[in-house]
Amino acid sequence: MTRTVRIASGQGFWGDSLEAPRQQVEGGQIDYLMLDYLAEVTMSILQKQKERDSSAGFARDFVGAIESVLDAIVNRGVRVIANAGGVNPPACAAAIRTLADSKGVSDQLRIAVVTGDDLLDRLDELLEAGHELANMETGQSLAAIREDVLSANAYIGSAPIVEGLARGANVVITGRSTDTALTMAPLRHEFKWGSADWDRLASGIVAGHILECGAQCSGGNCLYDWRGIPDLANVGYPIAEASPDGTFVITKHPGTGGRISVPSVTEQLVYEMGDPHEYITPDVIADFTTIELEADGDDRVRVSGIKGRPATDKLKVSIAYSAGFKAVGTLVYSWPEALEKAELADRILRERLDRLGLRFDQVLTEFVGASATHGALAKRQPEYPEVQLRFGVRGLQRSAVERFTREIAPLVLNGPPSVTGFAGGRPKVEEIVAYWPALIDKTVVATSVEIV
Amino acid sequence: MRIRLVDLAHARSGDKGDTANVGLIALRPEWYPTLRRYVTLDAVRDHFRGAITGEVERFELPNLRALNFLLHGALDGGGTLSLKTDAQGKVYSTALLRMTIDVPDDEAEACGLPASGDAE
Repeated sequence: MTRTVRIASGQGFWGDSLEAPRQQVEGGQIDYLMLDYLAEVTMSILQKQKERDSSAGFARDFVGAIESVLDAIVNRGVRVIANAGGVNPPACAAAIRTLADSKGVSDQLRIAVVTGDDLLDRLDELLEAGHELANMETGQSLAAIREDVLSANAYIGSAPIVEGLARGANVVITGRSTDTALTMAPLRHEFKWGSADWDRLASGIVAGHILECGAQCSGGNCLYDWRGIPDLANVGYPIAEASPDGTFVITKHPGTGGRISVPSVTEQLVYEMGDPHEYITPDVIADFTTIELEADGDDRVRVSGIKGRPATDKLKVSIAYSAGFKAVGTLVYSWPEALEKAELADRILRERLDRLGLRFDQVLTEFVGASATHGALAKRQPEYPEVQLRFGVRGLQRSAVERFTREIAPLVLNGPPSVTGFAGGRPKVEEIVAYWPALIDKTVVATSVEIV
Repeated sequence: MRIRLVDLAHARSGDKGDTANVGLIALRPEWYPTLRRYVTLDAVRDHFRGAITGEVERFELPNLRALNFLLHGALDGGGTLSLKTDAQGKVYSTALLRMTIDVPDDEAEACGLPASGDAE
Protein backbone atom coordinates (compact mmCIF):
# COMPACT_ATOMS: atom_id res chain seq x y z
CA MET A 1 0.00 0.00 0.00
CA THR A 2 1.21 3.48 -0.82
CA ARG A 3 2.46 5.41 2.15
CA THR A 4 0.43 8.50 2.97
CA VAL A 5 1.34 11.39 5.22
CA ARG A 6 -1.30 13.06 7.37
CA ILE A 7 -0.96 16.79 7.97
CA ALA A 8 -3.45 18.38 10.34
CA SER A 9 -4.39 22.06 10.50
CA GLY A 10 -4.76 23.33 14.05
CA GLN A 11 -4.90 27.10 13.68
CA GLY A 12 -6.18 29.30 10.86
CA PHE A 13 -5.08 32.65 12.27
CA TRP A 14 -3.86 34.16 15.54
CA GLY A 15 -7.02 34.15 17.61
CA ASP A 16 -8.41 30.87 16.28
CA SER A 17 -9.68 28.11 18.62
CA LEU A 18 -7.31 27.35 21.49
CA GLU A 19 -8.66 23.79 21.62
CA ALA A 20 -8.05 22.86 17.98
CA PRO A 21 -4.35 21.84 18.21
CA ARG A 22 -5.05 19.42 21.05
CA GLN A 23 -8.15 18.04 19.31
CA GLN A 24 -6.10 17.40 16.19
CA VAL A 25 -3.49 15.29 18.00
CA GLU A 26 -5.98 13.47 20.22
CA GLY A 27 -8.68 12.74 17.63
CA GLY A 28 -6.69 10.18 15.66
CA GLN A 29 -3.36 9.50 14.01
CA ILE A 30 -1.54 12.42 12.37
CA ASP A 31 2.09 12.94 11.34
CA TYR A 32 2.33 16.72 11.27
CA LEU A 33 0.47 19.58 12.92
CA MET A 34 0.46 22.84 10.99
CA LEU A 35 -0.34 26.10 12.81
CA ASP A 36 -0.80 29.38 10.94
CA TYR A 37 -0.65 32.50 13.11
CA LEU A 38 0.18 35.36 10.80
CA ALA A 39 -2.14 37.74 9.00
CA GLU A 40 -1.09 40.83 7.09
CA VAL A 41 -1.16 43.24 10.02
CA THR A 42 -0.06 40.78 12.70
CA MET A 43 3.62 41.41 11.97
CA SER A 44 3.40 45.11 12.84
CA ILE A 45 1.61 44.41 16.12
CA LEU A 46 4.38 41.97 16.99
CA GLN A 47 7.04 44.49 15.95
CA LYS A 48 5.62 47.00 18.44
CA GLN A 49 5.69 44.37 21.17
CA LYS A 50 9.31 43.58 20.35
CA GLU A 51 10.28 47.26 20.56
CA ARG A 52 8.94 47.37 24.12
CA ASP A 53 10.42 44.01 25.12
CA SER A 54 13.22 42.30 23.19
CA SER A 55 11.99 38.87 24.29
CA ALA A 56 8.52 39.48 22.75
CA GLY A 57 7.34 39.78 19.15
CA PHE A 58 5.98 36.28 18.52
CA ALA A 59 2.56 34.62 18.85
CA ARG A 60 2.31 33.89 22.59
CA ASP A 61 -0.63 31.53 22.01
CA PHE A 62 1.82 29.12 20.42
CA VAL A 63 3.40 28.32 23.80
CA GLY A 64 0.05 27.14 25.11
CA ALA A 65 -0.57 25.23 21.90
CA ILE A 66 2.73 23.37 22.24
CA GLU A 67 2.00 22.63 25.88
CA SER A 68 -1.35 21.11 24.88
CA VAL A 69 0.27 18.81 22.29
CA LEU A 70 3.60 18.17 24.02
CA ASP A 71 2.81 14.55 24.79
CA ALA A 72 2.05 13.82 21.13
CA ILE A 73 5.32 15.45 20.05
CA VAL A 74 7.44 13.63 22.60
CA ASN A 75 5.75 10.23 22.70
CA ARG A 76 4.03 9.82 19.36
CA GLY A 77 6.40 11.49 16.96
CA VAL A 78 4.02 14.25 15.81
CA ARG A 79 6.00 17.14 14.36
CA VAL A 80 4.78 20.74 14.54
CA ILE A 81 5.34 23.48 11.96
CA ALA A 82 4.25 27.03 12.74
CA ASN A 83 4.89 30.59 11.61
CA ALA A 84 4.42 31.61 15.24
CA GLY A 85 7.87 33.23 15.33
CA GLY A 86 6.46 36.50 14.02
CA VAL A 87 9.23 39.12 14.08
CA ASN A 88 11.23 37.24 16.70
CA PRO A 89 11.55 33.49 15.93
CA PRO A 90 14.57 33.00 18.23
CA ALA A 91 12.62 34.38 21.23
CA CYS A 92 9.71 32.10 20.32
CA ALA A 93 12.08 29.13 20.32
CA ALA A 94 13.49 30.21 23.67
CA ALA A 95 9.98 30.30 25.15
CA ILE A 96 9.32 26.78 23.86
CA ARG A 97 12.67 25.65 25.29
CA THR A 98 11.72 27.09 28.68
CA LEU A 99 8.42 25.23 28.52
CA ALA A 100 10.17 21.96 27.62
CA ASP A 101 12.62 22.44 30.52
CA SER A 102 9.79 22.95 32.96
CA LYS A 103 8.11 19.76 31.72
CA GLY A 104 11.35 17.77 31.85
CA VAL A 105 11.32 16.91 28.14
CA SER A 106 13.96 19.31 26.86
CA ASP A 107 16.20 16.55 25.49
CA GLN A 108 13.31 15.21 23.41
CA LEU A 109 12.55 18.50 21.70
CA ARG A 110 14.58 19.49 18.67
CA ILE A 111 13.58 22.99 17.57
CA ALA A 112 14.47 24.49 14.19
CA VAL A 113 14.31 28.26 13.85
CA VAL A 114 14.01 29.86 10.42
CA THR A 115 15.19 33.46 10.07
CA GLY A 116 16.09 35.83 7.26
CA ASP A 117 12.62 37.06 6.28
CA ASP A 118 12.91 40.21 8.40
CA LEU A 119 14.06 43.10 6.19
CA LEU A 120 13.34 46.02 8.53
CA ASP A 121 16.96 46.73 9.39
CA ARG A 122 17.99 46.36 5.75
CA LEU A 123 15.41 48.69 4.18
CA ASP A 124 17.69 51.67 3.55
CA GLU A 125 20.45 49.44 2.23
CA LEU A 126 17.93 47.79 -0.13
CA LEU A 127 16.50 51.12 -1.30
CA GLU A 128 20.01 52.47 -1.92
CA ALA A 129 20.83 49.37 -3.95
CA GLY A 130 17.91 50.20 -6.22
CA HIS A 131 15.20 47.92 -4.85
CA GLU A 132 12.22 50.21 -5.09
CA LEU A 133 9.75 48.20 -3.02
CA ALA A 134 6.95 50.01 -4.84
CA ASN A 135 3.40 49.30 -3.74
CA MET A 136 2.08 46.41 -5.86
CA GLU A 137 -1.39 47.94 -5.97
CA THR A 138 -0.69 51.63 -6.46
CA GLY A 139 2.82 51.65 -7.95
CA GLN A 140 3.83 54.29 -5.40
CA SER A 141 7.48 54.27 -4.30
CA LEU A 142 8.26 53.23 -0.73
CA ALA A 143 10.00 56.56 -0.21
CA ALA A 144 6.53 58.08 0.29
CA ILE A 145 6.07 56.25 3.59
CA ARG A 146 9.64 55.26 4.49
CA GLU A 147 9.55 57.18 7.77
CA ASP A 148 6.33 55.48 8.83
CA VAL A 149 7.41 51.87 8.25
CA LEU A 150 6.91 49.63 11.28
CA SER A 151 7.87 46.22 9.90
CA ALA A 152 9.03 44.65 6.63
CA ASN A 153 9.14 40.93 6.01
CA ALA A 154 9.58 38.82 2.90
CA TYR A 155 7.16 35.95 2.43
CA ILE A 156 9.51 32.97 2.33
CA GLY A 157 8.82 29.54 0.86
CA SER A 158 9.12 25.96 2.03
CA ALA A 159 12.87 25.32 1.53
CA PRO A 160 14.14 26.36 4.98
CA ILE A 161 11.35 24.42 6.70
CA VAL A 162 12.27 21.34 4.65
CA GLU A 163 15.85 21.81 5.81
CA GLY A 164 14.77 22.02 9.44
CA LEU A 165 12.81 18.78 9.11
CA ALA A 166 15.73 17.08 7.35
CA ARG A 167 17.93 18.05 10.29
CA GLY A 168 15.59 16.21 12.60
CA ALA A 169 13.55 19.01 14.12
CA ASN A 170 10.22 18.06 15.66
CA VAL A 171 9.21 21.70 16.09
CA VAL A 172 9.89 24.16 13.26
CA ILE A 173 9.34 27.85 13.98
CA THR A 174 9.35 30.45 11.23
CA GLY A 175 8.64 34.13 10.88
CA ARG A 176 6.82 35.35 7.77
CA SER A 177 6.79 32.14 5.76
CA THR A 178 3.79 31.79 3.49
CA ASP A 179 0.79 30.03 4.99
CA THR A 180 0.95 27.39 2.28
CA ALA A 181 4.64 26.60 2.92
CA LEU A 182 3.72 25.18 6.32
CA THR A 183 1.84 22.35 4.61
CA MET A 184 4.05 22.06 1.56
CA ALA A 185 7.29 21.58 3.55
CA PRO A 186 6.46 18.26 5.23
CA LEU A 187 5.27 16.87 1.89
CA ARG A 188 8.53 17.85 0.21
CA HIS A 189 10.45 16.39 3.11
CA GLU A 190 8.57 13.08 3.23
CA PHE A 191 8.26 12.49 -0.51
CA LYS A 192 11.58 14.04 -1.56
CA TRP A 193 9.90 16.24 -4.17
CA GLY A 194 12.51 18.22 -6.10
CA SER A 195 12.56 21.99 -6.26
CA ALA A 196 11.54 21.80 -9.97
CA ASP A 197 8.85 19.16 -9.58
CA TRP A 198 6.26 21.79 -10.47
CA ASP A 199 3.08 19.71 -10.53
CA ARG A 200 3.74 18.09 -7.17
CA LEU A 201 4.82 21.38 -5.64
CA ALA A 202 1.61 22.94 -6.93
CA SER A 203 -0.31 20.11 -5.26
CA GLY A 204 1.41 20.97 -2.00
CA ILE A 205 0.35 24.60 -2.39
CA VAL A 206 -3.26 23.64 -3.03
CA ALA A 207 -3.23 21.39 0.04
CA GLY A 208 -1.81 24.32 1.99
CA HIS A 209 -4.44 26.72 0.68
CA ILE A 210 -7.22 24.35 1.72
CA LEU A 211 -5.75 23.85 5.23
CA GLU A 212 -4.55 27.36 5.97
CA CYS A 213 -7.89 28.72 7.20
CA GLY A 214 -8.57 25.88 9.59
CA ALA A 215 -12.25 24.91 9.78
CA GLN A 216 -13.20 27.21 6.91
CA CYS A 217 -12.96 24.13 4.62
CA SER A 218 -14.69 21.72 6.99
CA GLY A 219 -18.06 23.39 7.46
CA GLY A 220 -17.14 26.71 9.08
CA ASN A 221 -18.41 29.79 7.25
CA CYS A 222 -19.87 27.43 4.64
CA LEU A 223 -22.89 28.81 2.79
CA TYR A 224 -23.75 25.60 0.94
CA ASP A 225 -26.48 23.81 2.94
CA TRP A 226 -25.45 25.78 6.01
CA ARG A 227 -28.49 24.66 8.02
CA GLY A 228 -27.65 21.01 7.38
CA ILE A 229 -24.03 21.11 8.54
CA PRO A 230 -23.96 18.98 11.69
CA ASP A 231 -22.52 19.79 15.10
CA LEU A 232 -20.49 22.93 14.35
CA ALA A 233 -20.01 23.27 18.12
CA ASN A 234 -17.62 20.34 17.84
CA VAL A 235 -16.30 21.19 14.38
CA GLY A 236 -13.42 19.03 13.17
CA TYR A 237 -10.41 20.85 11.74
CA PRO A 238 -9.10 19.57 8.40
CA ILE A 239 -6.44 16.98 7.68
CA ALA A 240 -4.66 16.43 4.35
CA GLU A 241 -3.85 12.79 3.73
CA ALA A 242 -1.27 13.05 1.00
CA SER A 243 0.34 10.57 -1.38
CA PRO A 244 3.77 10.75 -3.02
CA ASP A 245 2.25 11.43 -6.46
CA GLY A 246 0.79 14.73 -5.21
CA THR A 247 -2.82 13.63 -4.87
CA PHE A 248 -4.39 14.03 -1.47
CA VAL A 249 -7.63 13.57 0.43
CA ILE A 250 -9.04 16.28 2.69
CA THR A 251 -10.71 14.75 5.71
CA LYS A 252 -11.18 15.20 9.48
CA HIS A 253 -11.20 13.02 12.57
CA PRO A 254 -14.16 10.68 13.08
CA GLY A 255 -16.74 11.82 15.63
CA THR A 256 -16.14 15.51 15.01
CA GLY A 257 -18.73 17.96 13.68
CA GLY A 258 -18.80 20.02 10.53
CA ARG A 259 -18.66 18.59 7.05
CA ILE A 260 -16.05 18.03 4.38
CA SER A 261 -17.66 17.88 0.96
CA VAL A 262 -16.94 19.00 -2.58
CA PRO A 263 -18.92 22.24 -1.97
CA SER A 264 -17.19 23.00 1.37
CA VAL A 265 -13.74 22.49 -0.13
CA THR A 266 -14.65 24.46 -3.26
CA GLU A 267 -15.69 27.43 -1.12
CA GLN A 268 -12.28 27.42 0.55
CA LEU A 269 -10.48 27.06 -2.80
CA VAL A 270 -12.04 30.26 -4.14
CA TYR A 271 -11.42 32.19 -0.91
CA GLU A 272 -9.10 35.18 -1.52
CA MET A 273 -8.49 33.94 -5.05
CA GLY A 274 -6.99 36.24 -7.68
CA ASP A 275 -6.30 35.00 -11.21
CA PRO A 276 -6.93 31.25 -10.79
CA HIS A 277 -4.44 30.40 -13.55
CA GLU A 278 -1.60 31.72 -11.47
CA TYR A 279 -1.57 31.36 -7.72
CA ILE A 280 1.94 32.72 -7.18
CA THR A 281 4.06 31.46 -4.29
CA PRO A 282 7.82 31.49 -3.62
CA ASP A 283 8.02 27.78 -4.56
CA VAL A 284 5.80 27.44 -7.63
CA ILE A 285 2.93 28.96 -9.58
CA ALA A 286 -0.13 26.75 -9.12
CA ASP A 287 -2.93 26.62 -11.69
CA PHE A 288 -6.23 26.39 -9.82
CA THR A 289 -8.11 25.68 -13.06
CA THR A 290 -6.55 22.21 -13.07
CA ILE A 291 -7.77 21.09 -9.64
CA GLU A 292 -10.11 18.07 -9.72
CA LEU A 293 -12.30 17.37 -6.67
CA GLU A 294 -14.14 14.12 -6.08
CA ALA A 295 -16.19 12.83 -3.15
CA ASP A 296 -14.41 9.86 -1.60
CA GLY A 297 -16.83 8.73 1.11
CA ASP A 298 -18.19 10.60 4.12
CA ASP A 299 -16.18 13.70 4.98
CA ARG A 300 -13.53 12.81 2.43
CA VAL A 301 -12.73 14.77 -0.73
CA ARG A 302 -10.04 13.59 -3.12
CA VAL A 303 -7.96 16.32 -4.80
CA SER A 304 -5.93 15.57 -7.93
CA GLY A 305 -4.81 16.74 -11.37
CA ILE A 306 -2.99 19.87 -10.22
CA LYS A 307 -0.51 21.50 -12.57
CA GLY A 308 2.23 23.94 -11.69
CA ARG A 309 4.74 26.18 -13.42
CA PRO A 310 8.16 27.54 -12.40
CA ALA A 311 8.13 30.14 -9.67
CA THR A 312 9.03 33.75 -10.41
CA ASP A 313 12.34 35.31 -9.37
CA LYS A 314 10.60 37.61 -6.86
CA LEU A 315 9.33 37.35 -3.32
CA LYS A 316 6.43 39.32 -1.99
CA VAL A 317 7.28 41.64 0.89
CA SER A 318 4.79 42.56 3.57
CA ILE A 319 5.48 46.07 4.84
CA ALA A 320 3.43 47.62 7.63
CA TYR A 321 3.35 51.36 8.19
CA SER A 322 1.69 53.84 10.44
CA ALA A 323 -1.17 55.55 8.55
CA GLY A 324 -2.98 57.85 10.93
CA PHE A 325 -5.98 57.32 13.17
CA LYS A 326 -9.58 56.26 13.01
CA ALA A 327 -12.62 55.95 15.23
CA VAL A 328 -16.06 54.48 14.75
CA GLY A 329 -19.09 55.48 16.83
CA THR A 330 -22.50 53.82 16.90
CA LEU A 331 -26.03 54.63 18.11
CA VAL A 332 -29.20 52.56 17.77
CA TYR A 333 -32.54 54.07 16.66
CA SER A 334 -35.81 52.19 17.16
CA TRP A 335 -39.14 51.92 15.35
CA PRO A 336 -41.07 53.93 14.28
CA GLU A 337 -39.14 55.44 11.34
CA ALA A 338 -35.90 53.98 12.66
CA LEU A 339 -33.94 54.46 9.44
CA GLU A 340 -35.18 58.03 8.95
CA LYS A 341 -34.08 58.94 12.48
CA ALA A 342 -30.64 57.45 11.93
CA GLU A 343 -30.35 59.34 8.64
CA LEU A 344 -31.22 62.61 10.33
CA ALA A 345 -28.65 61.93 13.07
CA ASP A 346 -26.06 61.36 10.34
CA ARG A 347 -26.81 64.71 8.71
CA ILE A 348 -26.68 66.51 12.07
CA LEU A 349 -23.38 64.91 12.98
CA ARG A 350 -21.82 65.82 9.66
CA GLU A 351 -22.94 69.43 10.04
CA ARG A 352 -21.54 69.63 13.56
CA LEU A 353 -18.16 68.22 12.50
CA ASP A 354 -18.15 70.73 9.68
CA ARG A 355 -18.90 73.63 12.01
CA LEU A 356 -16.06 72.51 14.26
CA GLY A 357 -13.78 72.78 11.25
CA LEU A 358 -12.69 69.16 11.55
CA ARG A 359 -11.26 67.68 8.36
CA PHE A 360 -10.82 63.97 7.70
CA ASP A 361 -9.39 61.90 4.88
CA GLN A 362 -12.42 59.67 5.01
CA VAL A 363 -15.87 59.80 6.61
CA LEU A 364 -18.18 56.82 6.26
CA THR A 365 -21.76 56.37 7.43
CA GLU A 366 -23.42 52.97 7.49
CA PHE A 367 -26.94 52.01 8.56
CA VAL A 368 -26.56 48.59 10.15
CA GLY A 369 -29.74 46.59 9.71
CA ALA A 370 -30.63 48.41 6.50
CA SER A 371 -27.68 48.71 4.15
CA ALA A 372 -24.29 48.33 5.88
CA THR A 373 -23.20 45.17 4.10
CA HIS A 374 -24.98 45.38 0.75
CA GLY A 375 -25.43 49.12 0.27
CA ALA A 376 -27.95 50.13 -2.36
CA LEU A 377 -28.34 46.48 -3.43
CA ALA A 378 -30.44 45.99 -0.29
CA LYS A 379 -33.92 47.26 -1.05
CA ARG A 380 -35.26 49.85 1.38
CA GLN A 381 -37.96 48.30 3.58
CA PRO A 382 -41.15 50.11 4.64
CA GLU A 383 -40.11 49.73 8.25
CA TYR A 384 -37.31 48.41 10.42
CA PRO A 385 -37.55 47.41 14.11
CA GLU A 386 -34.25 49.20 14.67
CA VAL A 387 -31.28 50.58 12.76
CA GLN A 388 -27.77 51.18 14.02
CA LEU A 389 -26.06 54.34 12.87
CA ARG A 390 -22.39 53.51 12.42
CA PHE A 391 -20.24 56.58 11.77
CA GLY A 392 -16.50 56.36 11.11
CA VAL A 393 -13.75 58.90 10.47
CA ARG A 394 -10.13 58.52 9.46
CA GLY A 395 -7.36 61.11 9.36
CA LEU A 396 -3.69 61.77 9.99
CA GLN A 397 -4.31 64.04 12.99
CA ARG A 398 -5.09 62.30 16.21
CA SER A 399 -6.60 65.46 17.72
CA ALA A 400 -9.32 65.71 15.05
CA VAL A 401 -10.27 62.06 15.41
CA GLU A 402 -10.24 62.46 19.20
CA ARG A 403 -12.55 65.48 18.95
CA PHE A 404 -14.96 63.51 16.77
CA THR A 405 -15.34 60.87 19.48
CA ARG A 406 -16.88 63.54 21.77
CA GLU A 407 -19.67 64.30 19.29
CA ILE A 408 -21.52 60.96 19.46
CA ALA A 409 -22.84 61.00 23.03
CA PRO A 410 -24.49 64.44 22.84
CA LEU A 411 -26.79 63.12 20.10
CA VAL A 412 -28.53 60.96 22.68
CA LEU A 413 -30.07 64.06 24.25
CA ASN A 414 -29.79 66.68 21.54
CA GLY A 415 -30.58 64.70 18.36
CA PRO A 416 -33.43 62.65 16.90
CA PRO A 417 -35.58 60.56 19.30
CA SER A 418 -35.86 56.86 20.20
CA VAL A 419 -32.09 56.47 20.50
CA THR A 420 -30.26 53.96 22.65
CA GLY A 421 -27.27 51.63 22.64
CA PHE A 422 -24.62 53.98 23.92
CA ALA A 423 -23.62 51.87 26.90
CA GLY A 424 -20.16 51.20 25.45
CA GLY A 425 -19.11 54.81 26.02
CA ARG A 426 -17.10 57.09 23.81
CA PRO A 427 -15.54 55.51 20.68
CA LYS A 428 -11.87 54.57 20.98
CA VAL A 429 -9.28 56.23 18.78
CA GLU A 430 -7.36 53.54 16.94
CA GLU A 431 -3.91 53.92 15.46
CA ILE A 432 -3.97 52.60 11.90
CA VAL A 433 -1.26 50.22 10.80
CA ALA A 434 -1.64 49.81 7.06
CA TYR A 435 -0.30 47.20 4.68
CA TRP A 436 2.09 47.88 1.82
CA PRO A 437 2.66 44.90 -0.47
CA ALA A 438 5.83 44.99 -2.58
CA LEU A 439 8.13 42.67 -4.51
CA ILE A 440 11.83 42.02 -4.13
CA ASP A 441 14.41 39.92 -5.96
CA LYS A 442 14.70 36.48 -4.42
CA THR A 443 18.48 36.69 -4.50
CA VAL A 444 18.67 39.39 -1.83
CA VAL A 445 16.73 37.40 0.77
CA ALA A 446 18.88 34.78 2.48
CA THR A 447 17.16 32.51 4.97
CA SER A 448 18.95 30.45 7.55
CA VAL A 449 17.99 27.53 9.72
CA GLU A 450 19.32 26.95 13.18
CA ILE A 451 18.67 24.02 15.49
CA VAL A 452 18.35 25.28 19.05
CA MET B 1 -37.63 33.48 -16.88
CA ARG B 2 -36.01 35.55 -14.15
CA ILE B 3 -33.74 33.55 -11.85
CA ARG B 4 -32.02 34.64 -8.66
CA LEU B 5 -28.35 33.71 -8.33
CA VAL B 6 -28.99 32.74 -4.72
CA ASP B 7 -31.11 29.86 -6.09
CA LEU B 8 -28.41 28.77 -8.55
CA ALA B 9 -25.13 29.24 -6.77
CA HIS B 10 -23.25 29.51 -3.51
CA ALA B 11 -20.32 31.82 -2.98
CA ARG B 12 -17.43 32.86 -0.79
CA SER B 13 -15.50 36.11 -0.83
CA GLY B 14 -12.30 37.51 0.59
CA ASP B 15 -9.94 40.43 0.18
CA LYS B 16 -6.59 41.45 -1.17
CA GLY B 17 -5.90 45.08 -0.33
CA ASP B 18 -8.73 47.21 -1.70
CA THR B 19 -10.00 44.39 -3.92
CA ALA B 20 -12.70 41.91 -2.96
CA ASN B 21 -12.94 38.57 -4.72
CA VAL B 22 -16.14 36.61 -5.07
CA GLY B 23 -16.05 32.95 -6.04
CA LEU B 24 -19.45 31.96 -7.43
CA ILE B 25 -20.08 28.20 -7.44
CA ALA B 26 -22.96 26.36 -9.15
CA LEU B 27 -25.22 24.61 -6.64
CA ARG B 28 -25.47 21.74 -9.16
CA PRO B 29 -22.77 20.92 -11.70
CA GLU B 30 -25.32 21.01 -14.56
CA TRP B 31 -26.09 24.66 -13.74
CA TYR B 32 -22.54 25.85 -14.34
CA PRO B 33 -23.10 26.52 -18.08
CA THR B 34 -25.98 28.85 -17.16
CA LEU B 35 -23.75 30.79 -14.76
CA ARG B 36 -21.05 30.92 -17.38
CA ARG B 37 -23.39 32.23 -20.07
CA TYR B 38 -25.44 34.75 -18.12
CA VAL B 39 -23.23 35.99 -15.27
CA THR B 40 -21.14 38.06 -17.63
CA LEU B 41 -18.57 40.73 -16.92
CA ASP B 42 -21.04 43.42 -18.01
CA ALA B 43 -23.83 42.04 -15.85
CA VAL B 44 -21.64 41.98 -12.73
CA ARG B 45 -20.24 45.42 -13.49
CA ASP B 46 -23.82 46.74 -13.70
CA HIS B 47 -24.80 44.94 -10.52
CA PHE B 48 -22.04 46.60 -8.50
CA ARG B 49 -22.22 50.01 -10.21
CA GLY B 50 -21.95 52.70 -7.56
CA ALA B 51 -20.85 50.20 -4.93
CA ILE B 52 -17.25 49.89 -6.09
CA THR B 53 -14.85 52.45 -7.50
CA GLY B 54 -12.70 50.24 -9.75
CA GLU B 55 -12.89 47.68 -12.51
CA VAL B 56 -14.30 44.15 -12.42
CA GLU B 57 -12.36 41.12 -13.62
CA ARG B 58 -13.91 37.73 -14.38
CA PHE B 59 -12.30 34.28 -14.51
CA GLU B 60 -13.76 30.86 -15.30
CA LEU B 61 -13.02 27.66 -13.40
CA PRO B 62 -14.98 24.95 -15.24
CA ASN B 63 -13.16 22.33 -13.15
CA LEU B 64 -14.79 23.69 -9.98
CA ARG B 65 -18.01 24.80 -11.74
CA ALA B 66 -17.15 28.26 -10.53
CA LEU B 67 -16.54 31.80 -11.67
CA ASN B 68 -14.21 34.16 -9.85
CA PHE B 69 -14.76 37.91 -9.84
CA LEU B 70 -12.31 40.55 -8.69
CA LEU B 71 -14.01 43.74 -7.59
CA HIS B 72 -11.42 46.49 -7.45
CA GLY B 73 -11.94 49.50 -5.21
CA ALA B 74 -14.57 47.62 -3.22
CA LEU B 75 -13.30 48.05 0.31
CA ASP B 76 -13.01 51.77 1.05
CA GLY B 77 -9.22 51.53 0.93
CA GLY B 78 -9.08 47.99 2.28
CA GLY B 79 -7.56 46.33 5.32
CA THR B 80 -7.08 48.51 8.37
CA LEU B 81 -7.58 51.76 6.41
CA SER B 82 -11.19 50.88 5.68
CA LEU B 83 -14.00 52.19 7.87
CA LYS B 84 -16.48 49.64 6.50
CA THR B 85 -18.18 46.97 8.60
CA ASP B 86 -17.17 44.57 5.86
CA ALA B 87 -13.62 45.88 5.53
CA GLN B 88 -12.37 42.47 4.43
CA GLY B 89 -15.06 41.83 1.86
CA LYS B 90 -16.40 38.77 3.64
CA VAL B 91 -19.99 39.27 2.51
CA TYR B 92 -19.55 40.60 -1.01
CA SER B 93 -20.34 36.96 -1.79
CA THR B 94 -23.95 37.37 -0.72
CA ALA B 95 -24.17 40.80 -2.39
CA LEU B 96 -23.47 39.07 -5.72
CA LEU B 97 -26.09 36.42 -4.93
CA ARG B 98 -28.71 39.20 -4.94
CA MET B 99 -28.27 39.44 -8.70
CA THR B 100 -30.92 38.04 -11.05
CA ILE B 101 -30.45 36.74 -14.58
CA ASP B 102 -32.94 36.36 -17.41
CA VAL B 103 -32.86 32.91 -18.98
CA PRO B 104 -35.16 31.87 -21.86
CA ASP B 105 -38.00 29.71 -20.51
CA ASP B 106 -37.26 26.63 -22.60
CA GLU B 107 -33.61 26.70 -21.63
CA ALA B 108 -34.44 27.18 -17.94
CA GLU B 109 -36.93 24.30 -18.00
CA ALA B 110 -34.49 22.01 -19.81
CA CYS B 111 -31.89 22.56 -17.07
CA GLY B 112 -34.43 22.38 -14.23
CA LEU B 113 -33.56 25.90 -13.11
CA PRO B 114 -35.58 27.23 -10.17
CA ALA B 115 -37.72 30.24 -11.12
CA SER B 116 -37.52 33.11 -8.68
CA GLY B 117 -40.55 33.50 -6.47
CA ASP B 118 -41.21 37.09 -5.64
CA ALA B 119 -37.69 38.31 -6.06
CA GLU B 120 -36.95 41.59 -4.40
